[in-house]
Amino acid sequence: MASNDSVIGAGGLGAGQNALGGDNYLSHGHGLRSWLLTLDHKRIGVMYLVSILASFFLGGIFALLIRTKLLIPGSSALMDANTYNQMFTLHGAVMIFLFIIPGIPAALGNFVLPLMLGAKDVAFPRLNLASYYMWVAGALLALLSIATGAVDTGWTFYTPYSTTTNTSVITMVAGVFVLGFSSIFTGLNFVVSIHKLRPEGMSWFRMPLFLWGLYGTAIIQIMATPVLGITLLLLIAERALGVGIFDPSLGGDPILFQHFFWFYSHPAVYIMILPAMGVISELVSVFSRKHIFGYTFIALSSIAIAVISFLVWGHHMFVAGQSNLASMIFSALTFMVAIPSAVKVFNWVATMYKGSIWLATPMLYVLSFLFLFGIGGLTGLFLGALAVDVHLHDTYFVVAHFHYVMFGGTVIAFLGGLHYWWPKMFGRMYSELWGRVGALLVFVGFNTTFFTQFVMGSHGAPRRSYHYLPEFQSYHQLSTIGSYLLGVGLLVVAVNLVHALFRGRPAPANPWGGATLEWRTSSPPPHDNFAATPVAGDPYDVEAWAFDRQLGGFVPRAGGSVS
Amino acid sequence: MPVQGSTGAAAVDRIFDLILWIAVFFFVLIVGLMVLFVVRYRRREGREDAEKSASHNTALEITWTVIPILIVIAIFAWGFKAYLDMNVAPANSYEVLVTGQKWKWLFTYANGHVDENLHVPVDVPVRLVMTSEDVIHGFYVPAFRLKRDVVPGRYVRIWFRAVKTGEYQIYCTQYCGTGHSDMWAKVVVHEPGGFERWLQEASDFLKRMSPAEAGERLYRTRGCAQCHTVNGAVGTGPTFSKLFGRQVALEGGKTVMADEDYVRESIMDPQSKVVLGFQPVMPTFKGRLTDQEITAIIEYLKTLE
Repeated sequence: MASNDSVIGAGGLGAGQNALGGDNYLSHGHGLRSWLLTLDHKRIGVMYLVSILASFFLGGIFALLIRTKLLIPGSSALMDANTYNQMFTLHGAVMIFLFIIPGIPAALGNFVLPLMLGAKDVAFPRLNLASYYMWVAGALLALLSIATGAVDTGWTFYTPYSTTTNTSVITMVAGVFVLGFSSIFTGLNFVVSIHKLRPEGMSWFRMPLFLWGLYGTAIIQIMATPVLGITLLLLIAERALGVGIFDPSLGGDPILFQHFFWFYSHPAVYIMILPAMGVISELVSVFSRKHIFGYTFIALSSIAIAVISFLVWGHHMFVAGQSNLASMIFSALTFMVAIPSAVKVFNWVATMYKGSIWLATPMLYVLSFLFLFGIGGLTGLFLGALAVDVHLHDTYFVVAHFHYVMFGGTVIAFLGGLHYWWPKMFGRMYSELWGRVGALLVFVGFNTTFFTQFVMGSHGAPRRSYHYLPEFQSYHQLSTIGSYLLGVGLLVVAVNLVHALFRGRPAPANPWGGATLEWRTSSPPPHDNFAATPVAGDPYDVEAWAFDRQLGGFVPRAGGSVS
Repeated sequence: MPVQGSTGAAAVDRIFDLILWIAVFFFVLIVGLMVLFVVRYRRREGREDAEKSASHNTALEITWTVIPILIVIAIFAWGFKAYLDMNVAPANSYEVLVTGQKWKWLFTYANGHVDENLHVPVDVPVRLVMTSEDVIHGFYVPAFRLKRDVVPGRYVRIWFRAVKTGEYQIYCTQYCGTGHSDMWAKVVVHEPGGFERWLQEASDFLKRMSPAEAGERLYRTRGCAQCHTVNGAVGTGPTFSKLFGRQVALEGGKTVMADEDYVRESIMDPQSKVVLGFQPVMPTFKGRLTDQEITAIIEYLKTLE
C-alpha cells in the first residue's frame, strides 16, 4: 500500500493515498490506553460510533420484541402489559437519547468536522473527550435504571404519571440529564471550531453544507439542552423530595412539564435532522458529479430551521389543554418551519438535474432519503393542521410520521454518511454489491413496517397499546414482517461494513470525488490530519476531480482548481 | 378514515382529503423528478461528467419558497377554523361529566347516575366536561374525530353532535400505565326518545336490584374491577375473593379484620390501611359513592366466599 503513497503527493497535496501500512491515526499509539485517553477527534469519533451503534442495536432489539408481541391483539406469552410498557419506553429512550441525538454530530461529525476545516483537531480536544465520557456515564445510568426496574413512563416522562409510578424514574432521568451535558459539550466545541478554525479560503459561505448543518445543530444543543436539564432536575426534586411542581396532588401543574419538556424536545428533533440534511447536501452533489444547487438557500435554511424550531413546541400539545390562541400561534409557526425543509428538498432534486448520477451505495441512501423524508415531511402537514391533528394525535399516524422523519430521514442519512466516510475512516472499501442490497432491504423493510402504521393511525388506532382491536391485526402483522425485513437489512449493512474492515480493498484518498478537504488527505488520515494546512476552495467544485481507473479513485483534473 | 359518526367528523375529513391531495401532488412531483433525473442523467460509459448547468437560480428558488408558503397558510386557516368550531359548544348542549381514572371512564349524567359507557341522544349537541382522578388520560372517539387530554386538577370541555345511532369505540390515548390499552368504553347513540328511556331505567337500579346485585354492578361499572379481581388472582390491588370476614395483613406489620368498617374506610380513605405487598395507588371514592352504594358493595363482597 505504501507504493501508492506518491500518487497525489506529487500533485502537492502532501499525503499518500492509502496509509494503512504506514502512519495513520489508527496505528498512531497502541493499546487500550492510547484509545481511552486519546484527544484525537478521529479516535473519539470512532469510540462514539461504536458506542452509539451498540445503543442502536439495543434499541432495535426492544423494537423487534415490541413488534413481535403485536402480532396478536390480546395478552401474549412473550410479555405482559407492564413489560410491554417498559419495552416501548426503553426503545424510545435508548434510540433518542443514546443513539439518534449523538448519532450524526458526535460520531460522524466528530470525525469529519476538523477534517473538513483542514484543522488538526476540534477547538477543545479535552472537552471533546469529556463529552464522550459524559455520554458513557449517562449510558451507564440508563443501563442501571433498566436493571433496577426499567421505567414505564414513555420516553416523554409525562407527569404526574412519572412522579407516581414505582419504576426507577430518577435513575433514568439522571442518565438523560448527564447525556445532556455530553450533547452541550459537543455543541460548544463545534461552534467554537467553526468560528475559529476555518482555513484560509473558507469564508462562511464557502463552508461545506454539512458544517452549516452541524452549526445549526450546535446552536440548538447549547440553547435548548439546559432547559431539559432543569426540567429533569425539577422532576427528580418532585419525586425525591415531594416538592410540588408538576403533580396536581402536590399543587403543581402537569401541563407545565409538557411545556418545559417540549421546549427542548421539539428543537431536539432538529438536532436529529439538521446534521442529516447536511450529510445529504454533501452526498447529492458528489454523486451527481455536479455543484450543489442553491448553496446559499440551503445554508440559510439550516439557520432558519434552528431558529424557528424553538417556537413550535406547542404543537405537541394541541389536545393537551393549552388555550385556543396558543394552539393557533403554534400551528402557524409549525407550518413556517416546514418551508426551509421544503426548500432544501427542491434544491437537492435540482442538483441532480443534468448531473452524472452515480448510483453508488451512498447515493442510494440519498434517493431513499428523498423518498422517505418526503413522506415524513408531507405527513407533517396533516399534523400541523389543528382540526386534523385532533384526530391523529397520539395514534399510530404520529408514530409513523415520526419514524419516517427520524429513521427515513436521520438514520438513512446516517447510513449514507457512514458508507460515504467509511473508506476515509478505516481505509477500506466495502462490497458495493452488498452495500446496495443492504440499502434496498432497509428501504423495503422500513416502508412495510411504517406505511401500514399511517393507515392504522388514520383509522384511529391509539399508540402505546398492549391490547388492540382485532380489526387492526392484519396491519400489525404486516408491520411486524416489515420490521423483521428491516432488521435483516441492517444486519446485511453491518456485516458488509465490518467485513470491509478486514477484507476490503484499500481505499484511495478520494474514492468518490468529493471536493471538501477531508478527501485531500490519506485514507485513513494521519494523526495530525494534514501534512500541511490545505487551502480551501469551493467545496462543491467536484468537477475539478476526475476518476483514475488505475487508482480506483479520483485525482485532481489537469488545469482544475485544486492546488 | 373510520365512519363519520358526528358533524365534526365530516369537517375534519374534508380537510384531511384536501391535505392528502396536496401531499400526493408534491410527493409525485419530487419522486417523479428524482426518478426521471436518475434515468436520464445516470452515469454511464461515455457520460462520466455532468453537463453544464446553473448552480443557482434566485428567481426559481424564491418561487419554490413562496408557493409552499401560500399553500401552508391555506392549510393552516382550514385547520384552525374547524378547530374553533370543534371547541365552541352550542348554548343548548346536553352536559355529561366525564371522569378518567386508572383504567376506566365514568360518565355522570344530570340526575347523578354514573355509567361506564357514554349514552347520548342522536342529533343533539352534547358537551363533555372532563377531569381525571389520577394521571393524565386522553379521551378519544375516532368516529367523531374527537380527542382531548383529561388532566387531573382541572376541567376541560369538548362537544359533539352525533348524526347516526349506534355504538362507537372510546379509547384512552394518553399513556397511563398497566391498563392503558384496556381503558375502552362505548359511545351509545340512541334514537330520539331512547336516551331518556335508557337513563330512567339505568338510574334506578339500586331500587330494582337486591343490594348484592347492585353491588356487583357498581363493582363492574365504577372502576373497582380494573384493580381488584374476584377470582383470587392478584391485580394492582388485592383480590376481593374470600376477603370479607378474614384477617388482612397490612404494610407496617399490623393485621386487621375485614369487616364493614374496614371496607368502608378502604373506599373512603384508601391510604390509611395499605395491604401488605401492594402500592398505595388507589384514589379515594369520597364524594363519589353514596352511603347506599357503599353498603351495596359491602353486601356484594359478602357473597364472594
